[in-house]
Amino acid sequence: MKRRLFLASASAAALPLACGRKPEFPFSGELVGPDLALGHRLQRDGFPEPDGFEPLPVLVVGGGIAGLSAAWRLSGGGCEDYQVLEMEPEPGGTSRCGRNEVSPYPWAAHYLPVPDRGNHAVIRLLEECGLVRGYDAQGEPVLPEEALVRSPEERLFAYGQWWEGLYLRAGASSEDERQYHAFFKEVDHWAAFRDGKGRPAFSIPRARCSDAQVVRDLDRGSFATWLDERGFDSPRLRWFLEYACRDDYGSRLDSTSAWAGLFYFAARKQGPGEDSRPLLAWPEGNGHLVGHLRGVCGSRLHCGLAVTAIRPVRGGLEVSAWDAARGRSLGWRVRRVIFAGPQHVARWLIPGLSDARPASRLIQNAPWLVANLTLRNRPRESSFPLAWDNVPRDSESLGYVVATHQSLRDYGPTVWTWYRPFAGPDCATERSRLLAMDWQSCARMVMADLLRLHPGLSNLVERLDVMRWGHAMVRPAPGLLWNAAFLDLAAPFQGIHFAHTELSGIALFEEAQDHGLRAAEEVLAALGRPGRSWR
Amino acid sequence: MIVSDTRGLPQPTLRAPLLFISVLLIASCGLIYELVAGTLSSYLLGDSVTQFSTVIGVYLSAMGLGSWLSRFLQRGLAQRFVDLELAVALVGGFSAPILFQAFAHTHAFRVVLYGEVMAIGTLVGLEIPILMRILKDQVHFKDLIAGVLTLDYIGALAASLLFPLLFMPKLGLVRTSLLFGLLNATVGLWSSYLLQSQLGPTRMLRLRCLAVMAILALGVGLAGKFTLAVEEEIFADEIVYARDSAYQRIVLTRGRGSFQLFLNGNLQFSSADEYRYHEALVHPAFAVNPEARRILVCGGGDGLAVREVLKHPAVREVVLVDLDPAMTDLARKQPMMRALNGGALDDPRVKVINADAMIWLQEAKGEPFDLALVDFPDPNTYALGKLYTTRFYRLLQQRLTREAVISVQSTSPLMARQSYWCIAATMEASGLRVRPYHLAVPSFGVWGFALASRRDFLPPGTVLPGLRYLSDEATAAMFAFPKDMDRVPAEANRLDNQVLVHLYAREWRKWS
Repeated sequence: MKRRLFLASASAAALPLACGRKPEFPFSGELVGPDLALGHRLQRDGFPEPDGFEPLPVLVVGGGIAGLSAAWRLSGGGCEDYQVLEMEPEPGGTSRCGRNEVSPYPWAAHYLPVPDRGNHAVIRLLEECGLVRGYDAQGEPVLPEEALVRSPEERLFAYGQWWEGLYLRAGASSEDERQYHAFFKEVDHWAAFRDGKGRPAFSIPRARCSDAQVVRDLDRGSFATWLDERGFDSPRLRWFLEYACRDDYGSRLDSTSAWAGLFYFAARKQGPGEDSRPLLAWPEGNGHLVGHLRGVCGSRLHCGLAVTAIRPVRGGLEVSAWDAARGRSLGWRVRRVIFAGPQHVARWLIPGLSDARPASRLIQNAPWLVANLTLRNRPRESSFPLAWDNVPRDSESLGYVVATHQSLRDYGPTVWTWYRPFAGPDCATERSRLLAMDWQSCARMVMADLLRLHPGLSNLVERLDVMRWGHAMVRPAPGLLWNAAFLDLAAPFQGIHFAHTELSGIALFEEAQDHGLRAAEEVLAALGRPGRSWR
Repeated sequence: MIVSDTRGLPQPTLRAPLLFISVLLIASCGLIYELVAGTLSSYLLGDSVTQFSTVIGVYLSAMGLGSWLSRFLQRGLAQRFVDLELAVALVGGFSAPILFQAFAHTHAFRVVLYGEVMAIGTLVGLEIPILMRILKDQVHFKDLIAGVLTLDYIGALAASLLFPLLFMPKLGLVRTSLLFGLLNATVGLWSSYLLQSQLGPTRMLRLRCLAVMAILALGVGLAGKFTLAVEEEIFADEIVYARDSAYQRIVLTRGRGSFQLFLNGNLQFSSADEYRYHEALVHPAFAVNPEARRILVCGGGDGLAVREVLKHPAVREVVLVDLDPAMTDLARKQPMMRALNGGALDDPRVKVINADAMIWLQEAKGEPFDLALVDFPDPNTYALGKLYTTRFYRLLQQRLTREAVISVQSTSPLMARQSYWCIAATMEASGLRVRPYHLAVPSFGVWGFALASRRDFLPPGTVLPGLRYLSDEATAAMFAFPKDMDRVPAEANRLDNQVLVHLYAREWRKWS
């Protein structure tokens, strides 16, 4: 009797211990790549030497958009004898996508503006993807409506409800309206600008931009200063412009070059008064384009292979790579390397580069936190309905993009991709902050932001997966973009050709592609296969 | 345990049995107000479980508050009781009209709702303790508590049964709440006689009672004309069926010799004149392609278009794609619906698919259709607007034979002229030849459709004989457009612009 009583009370005491730790969230999830441990081992320790070095004409290091585009160009130029090495398990870099039973979804880059007729490379890619219906009377490509972002495109959360568009018209004073129009008059001025050679001030990719002094001067100061000098002090205009900077550059008005601030708006216009180019989007984001490019590479693409050294030797270069899955090193002896990775990795891998090119330290990369939330149903809406891009005004985040929007699904389960740039002034500090966060603290940050917009959302979330991007995008800080030493970072170095969007100082699909094509065309020329440029 | 003894009690000077009847009445009034608030908030806010739970919770706790407050009332209980009845009569009686107004004209509906529920609950909570204290010297405690509680519960039962069966369907929420307010005021007046011995001069008190009763009676009389458009339009008729499906709110009402279907508050048909609409949707297309064998119906989950389709002997197979299984189930199982559509959805030739028609068209494979009927609700949301885009009509054409004919419901060319022509322009932009037509459907107004095919075609000449509205002459007349609805220029509606949703909202705003 006594023993039973003891057992009963013991189990009663144990009960709260067993059941008391209620999970903080009614859903699960995980932290996904990039593989930070591998990256850090690369910087800290050594790796074993490979058994031998396989001869090969060209090796592409990095399977992001720049590397894949370089491979695409090599194939197109008749050079089929190359390999592409990617450290991550999936190619695409920040255009990577994921997929679950509800929908494919992006892990970062999720749209592409419709190219103008001068952007030959993007048009060629879209044609290959079967996305160009034809050309209009002006020679502009015509895209099918289902590939363009479906209306409603954007909405903004402010004053406790959603509003159509990202610029908040409700409650705007006449001065706000005046400044808004005055700002776009400035944009129109720059959209109309042509230099002595007929080049526009702003165009995509930036290689097509004018280098006239009057344009370059814009890069001297910050966008904040440029706005101050012109009396643009409307809080809602400045919020809108800072949103644009956080969205495209991961930086604030005062840490963004005025050139970059105007580029965001003017480069997507054909001329004054015209609308911005419409956007192409897919459920999986730019992963759709990655899918085409990896198809071009086929079996020449190797994921999970981290390059550990690039050494010049007589008549070429020796490249070693670590195959983490098999626990062995591989080696190639190549004539040319296309290095399609970021400069902070290049500095570690390429001897002498750091000393020869100190300008590479000018590059600052903003860290980002991206979360994909799988929802078993959508929350009830009572103001402006769910759009493709859903942005809260009073938040450090950029809100969320709805993956199922482009698959026309308006009911039931969906996936939301939530974005937050760490836009503080010092990237290194921001990066340590981000990388110190575990899944729990990431989920807490995401949900605190979303619950303000959608009370009760927790019960609709099935899982929440998080990507911590340590080096998500280059920041176009004032003075960087037209710094001669910075621009020289794109020049070849001892048989190594560089391709990466950060060499433009702007993180865009088109910039990455352009550098990939340039590097590939340099290599084709060096191998004696020059041809008509695709750029 | 308190033990009471009859000895020592004064002779009853009050008419206790009659006061017990007051308990019965005030108990039913109290429950009616609670049901009114719960029903009204469920209708207006949806999610009836939450609404009823929160209303009942707040109400019961407020009753507790009222009971507790009753201890602070010391003297003149009889007078307090009559005043209390008048207060309940006013606050409870006007609760439904006030809540409708709050919903229509303020953003603080929930504040008003719970404020009302709190106030009524508190007042109702005061009633029984005060009445028991009035009666405590007249009746044994055990008899008192047994009598009061028995009648309290019986009154609640009566109210809970009569509310859904009699008051809601016959009177509606507003009249019900006003009528029970009147009942509370009557109890007040009556109590002024029953409790006369405990009251001082009663003239003023009775005048107050009569004044309150007059106000409430006036309310009942004006309820019809009172600006209660919300309730009058949607709920004045008897509600036969109401349900929030995963996609929409479905309401069936019966009244004036017919019944009506509402989706999200928008009238879909009235059984009085739906034959005009559905004959016009279906038969002109068959007149162009009388040998059509495989028919696709997009939307039309009520089964009424299918009923018309099945009148054509050549039809071998009908595929109906409707988003909402709740709608197609209702069409199959609800007796009035089934009687109206003749069980069309259970015909062996008919296959019902519950899917978003656009996504279904994108993914569907199989034999092409000879004829398609497109019967979606008007484009008042983006989710509906996408079903009126060039992309939708292109996807539809991919599922049709070369000779196929399409008929599309396309809103009113009179009330929403540009929207109507925008749909026609969109169909043309997708590569269709379009012949627009219209007719009068009294419960909707002038209604428009568009007949289309990938090939050029002549307007329909001979329609199926034996229809109620359409004859060959009536069919020919539908294709002529009077000047006030004639073609106006309109941009094509595309997925990436959804111009129609904006246009439609702007045009219909004029009429609401």
